[in-house]
Amino acid sequence: MEPKGTVVLSVDPLIIHDHYEIDYRHSYAEDSPFFIGLSKGRLLGSRCTACRYTFATPRSHCMECGAPTAWHELPLTGRVHTYTTCHYGGEAFLKETPFTLILVEFDGADTLFLSRLKGVEPGGLRIGLPVVARFAKTPSFKVTDVWFEPADPHHPTTRCTQASNGYPPRA
Amino acid sequence: MRPVYMISGGITKFAKVHPDKDFRVMVKEAYDYALRDVPRFSNTMIDGAVGSYFSDHFTRQLKAASMVQDYLGLCPKPSKRIEGGGATGGLCFQSAWEAVASGRMNCCVAFGFETMSRVNTWKGNEFIALASDTNFDFPVGGFYSGYYAMMVQRHMHEFGTTVEQMAMVSVKNHANALYNPYAQKAKRLTIKQVRESPMVATPLTMEDICTMSDGAAVCVLASEEVARKVCDRPVKITGVGSGSDAMRMADRPHGKVILLPHEQERDYAHLRYPGVHSFRGGRMAAKLAYQMAGIRKPGEELSFVELHDAYTSSEIQTYEDLGLCRYGEGGGFVESGIPFMPGVDYGLELPKQGRLPVNPSGGLLACGHPVGATGLMQAVFAFWQLQGTIGKHLGNDTLQVKNAKRGLIHSHAGTGTYITVSILEAM
Ligand SMILES: [Zn+2]
Repeated sequence: MEPKGTVVLSVDPLIIHDHYEIDYRHSYAEDSPFFIGLSKGRLLGSRCTACRYTFATPRSHCMECGAPTAWHELPLTGRVHTYTTCHYGGEAFLKETPFTLILVEFDGADTLFLSRLKGVEPGGLRIGLPVVARFAKTPSFKVTDVWFEPADPHHPTTRCTQASNGYPPRA
Repeated sequence: MRPVYMISGGITKFAKVHPDKDFRVMVKEAYDYALRDVPRFSNTMIDGAVGSYFSDHFTRQLKAASMVQDYLGLCPKPSKRIEGGGATGGLCFQSAWEAVASGRMNCCVAFGFETMSRVNTWKGNEFIALASDTNFDFPVGGFYSGYYAMMVQRHMHEFGTTVEQMAMVSVKNHANALYNPYAQKAKRLTIKQVRESPMVATPLTMEDICTMSDGAAVCVLASEEVARKVCDRPVKITGVGSGSDAMRMADRPHGKVILLPHEQERDYAHLRYPGVHSFRGGRMAAKLAYQMAGIRKPGEELSFVELHDAYTSSEIQTYEDLGLCRYGEGGGFVESGIPFMPGVDYGLELPKQGRLPVNPSGGLLACGHPVGATGLMQAVFAFWQLQGTIGKHLGNDTLQVKNAKRGLIHSHAGTGTYITVSILEAM
């Protein structure tokens, strides 16, 4: 709870505690179907209707040619393109440390997707690691409604067919 | 376009916190220093100003540049604020260059500042991370050190860059700063100490990452006529370039390398570019600046470089973007000793020590990174190098690059979203 009155931190120079807070009405606008999709266990990218460039993080117009894109369902399995484990973070995420960030590459997509990797064993993290998407049971309508876990490489639905260190060529 | 000269500069000491001065007073100090350094100059010769600071969140004051404008007594002359993330200072410098080059002004002041100490470090990190896509990136764990860590992880994978090579950058820049009284964090380090400092985001440790700062810097840019009248040793700005890339790292393409004059397509036959391992905007900025300045072999034609080393990794990545070495050779470049200062003992074996000093000032890693001031600070250090006045301004000439003829300054924002390169030359 915010204290009543002004908290004085120093008198020379005079330093006071100053609180600031704000609520937004945040619209996902044209990206709304992506966030709704997460609540249904679907990962939606977008594909250019003209040049077929495929975005793993959706955008409604193509960055390559400017044409409109169409929604494009991504596979729920991919590979770790790069990674880091954060032991510190912005204040909002400090309590979640350590956490692992990855960029995911998908077969048939030209760009990547930023997400968290959970459930990886220490030392098990590497570029090329096959990963599978997991979804929150109760959606918060944030991009964190999806995260990834290491895929069982022997399981047929999570089998990795692409060489792990080369990013797939344009579809 | 007409020639543009830098005729003076000033910096406040960068510090963790300056609670006794607000941003106006910090800029005023740097401004007064710059004006004192050119006694024949008078503020009546100033036609206008460009102000730079990065974050309204940090400052907790919108239109803060207007408050500086009036504090300096520059009203009602033209003024505007430039904001471009970490490259704010570099963009401000180029904006002042544009004002003079276009003939709109004969003299333009570029001032920049940041007061980052008003919030705790982790809140500050959160503010900075708001300069990533707030729908798709920030909520996942918004943290710039994490983003750069992912970029260098991929650089290590593509090229075999090592954490020890990154640590050498930290050793170099912190040791250079021992001779720079403006720096915030000068110290002697070993590779082992860098690696053993607390891990922030694998593979980056505390000593791989610059700190937040309070500080200000001022550059005075002028036409040839004004420069000749008031300044004994003006420095000519012979090239400016800038570039950009997609806000989301995830959206960066995997295509062909943008080539510099000394490179060929076959050098990079198998490299998918820029991916997340390189800064395409930095390469574009360098290409444009080299073109304007007539530079064909940057590694041989520059006397020194002040570049945006917010991370040791980004210094290595930037060697490559600037064409000081080829893509993939950045790690070997630092190991060779080329970017170290001659005559400084780093406690390292450096076969080619000092051929092309990079960040002789100590860079962001050691000077600090008060965002809006940073790119202008680099310009001031470069200006003093090219004037040969490092000894006068820093109180010792250890960091003076001998016979400095041509310097490069490089300012960089948000995982490479805006990058500027400017070339300065001694007259
Ligand atoms: Zn297209």
